[in-house]
Amino acid sequence: MTIEVLKPGLLTTLQDIGRLGFAHLGIGRAGAFDEPALCIANALCGNPHDACTLEVTLLGPTLRFNAAARVAVAGAPLPLRIDGLERPMWAPVHVPAGATLELGAMRSGCRSYLAVRGGFDAAPVLGSRSMDVNAGLGPNGGRPLRAGDALQMRSAPQPGSGSVPRTDWRIRQNAGESEPDPISKWRLDPRPWFRGDTNQPLRLLPGKHLDRLTPTSRNALFSEPFVMHANSNRVGVRLVGPALAWMSPIEMVSEGCGPGLLQLPPSGEPIAFGPECPVSGGYPRIGQIAAVDIPRLAQMRPGDALRFTPCSFDDALDALRERERALDALTANIAARLAHELHRPQRGPR
Amino acid sequence: MSVAFAIEPLAEDALLLRFGDGIDATINARVHAAAHSLRAVNLPGIIDIAPAYATLLVRFDASGRGGDALSEAITRALCRRFRGSDELTAAVSGNPAAQGVEIPVCYDGEFGQDLEAVAEYARLSHGEVIARHTAAEYTVAMLGFAPGFPYLLGLDAALHVPRRADPRTRVPAGSVAIGGAQTGIYPRELPGGWNLIGRTPLALFDPDRDPPCLLAPGDRVRFRAIDADEFAQHAERRA
Repeated sequence: MTIEVLKPGLLTTLQDIGRLGFAHLGIGRAGAFDEPALCIANALCGNPHDACTLEVTLLGPTLRFNAAARVAVAGAPLPLRIDGLERPMWAPVHVPAGATLELGAMRSGCRSYLAVRGGFDAAPVLGSRSMDVNAGLGPNGGRPLRAGDALQMRSAPQPGSGSVPRTDWRIRQNAGESEPDPISKWRLDPRPWFRGDTNQPLRLLPGKHLDRLTPTSRNALFSEPFVMHANSNRVGVRLVGPALAWMSPIEMVSEGCGPGLLQLPPSGEPIAFGPECPVSGGYPRIGQIAAVDIPRLAQMRPGDALRFTPCSFDDALDALRERERALDALTANIAARLAHELHRPQRGPR
Repeated sequence: MSVAFAIEPLAEDALLLRFGDGIDATINARVHAAAHSLRAVNLPGIIDIAPAYATLLVRFDASGRGGDALSEAITRALCRRFRGSDELTAAVSGNPAAQGVEIPVCYDGEFGQDLEAVAEYARLSHGEVIARHTAAEYTVAMLGFAPGFPYLLGLDAALHVPRRADPRTRVPAGSVAIGGAQTGIYPRELPGGWNLIGRTPLALFDPDRDPPCLLAPGDRVRFRAIDADEFAQHAERRA
């Protein structure tokens, strides 16, 4: 059950939901930057929501499967080809044994997730298979994929999560190899889960030092656009925009933080933290990007513009709960549909 | 009388308990005491309890109760345990989670690349720098920057030396360093701007070990000077 990496893509890493509970040791979470996309790709493969996937960045990898597999891709739109044949994203797709799967260049957005049925396998490091490139932690010491790497697939859905109803899965054998995907004739509407447009502002919760910004700066923060700098990664997204300044210098010592924190270093250019951010930071804090909008931060690419809009903690929590309900309903719906297809009477040979 | 801290919301799933603002041993001791007692009461839904110098990060599962309800539960738990902040401080001496750790350090040659610069700045001899660095007892104020990197409180005031003007892109693993009023140990090769005064052969961080970090927040640390031979013996045992 191995998958050979023929081309690694621009930056391809194993990611699950990350390493939880080690912040006191200086160990960050890592994990998928766009978590709903990870959950949906997993659901489409019949996996628990937190199974290990490949997070691909801007340009995807080319992989050879030595065994048949069920896969799904969710996230930023990119061409998915199996032995040269275009297949849909946001749908379960069959990969025949020996086939080559190619993920191309993203047309918009920045990150997509390739799930395989059962999940990618690797020895978990501190409870997670996520690669933390910045901390050098995870499978292969957190090193992104290289050509020649061999990835392992687990043969059965990983136990431990009850969020997706378990179904008795058998991938139906298809005599005619000419039909590469014998199972699904449907795909999800990606629109609620991937938005290519960056016009809608990101919701920003007030940070400890927000009211220490000069009135001009605070006005600019919520009215002018910021552009994502090329020197951005899973640690942090650097933003270039209106000059922001404090009313008076702010002295502070390192304090705990996490993904979504918007800090203002002395350069005057804000940094929004991503999943590989340190567990503490000592720069003054403008705000915290609402958790519900972090997937949209994950999908920004260098040169994209973004805006901020003020948001209360209550509104952000309501929006997050609403999204979680929608995601739960969707994954349950996917599971039911997959189960229904499995139990459908098989057609005879044509 | 209530416990002297404030609770600040940080994110939908995170609170910051603030005991003060600066780098101060008494405030930091309160942070560790609170961390220890919150671990002991084991409130449901809590994911992380992570001390920093003057604050304690509490991360929780936001799909359960919200931050407001958790704030109340935390306040109740800490107030029940400690009637005042003096008791929070006193509780540290009885904190069974804190361990004393001796860390062997070789201050010789290339291991202490900046020892000369530190001695010059401090107007001390090499031997006096080493004597003062090994005489003090330190507390692990927090771990951060990289997995297992300890920020240590307790550096002799004579050894407070500013960071280097040009940070190194590669500081070797195990380097013991001084940055301003702080001293710390690089768990792996990392970029860094602190002054390197020695190196320990011990592994500060090993993800395959349980616990993965040699030091935990609140631990007490002493350095012991070793020569290059003893360093080599330690390194051999690890290999």
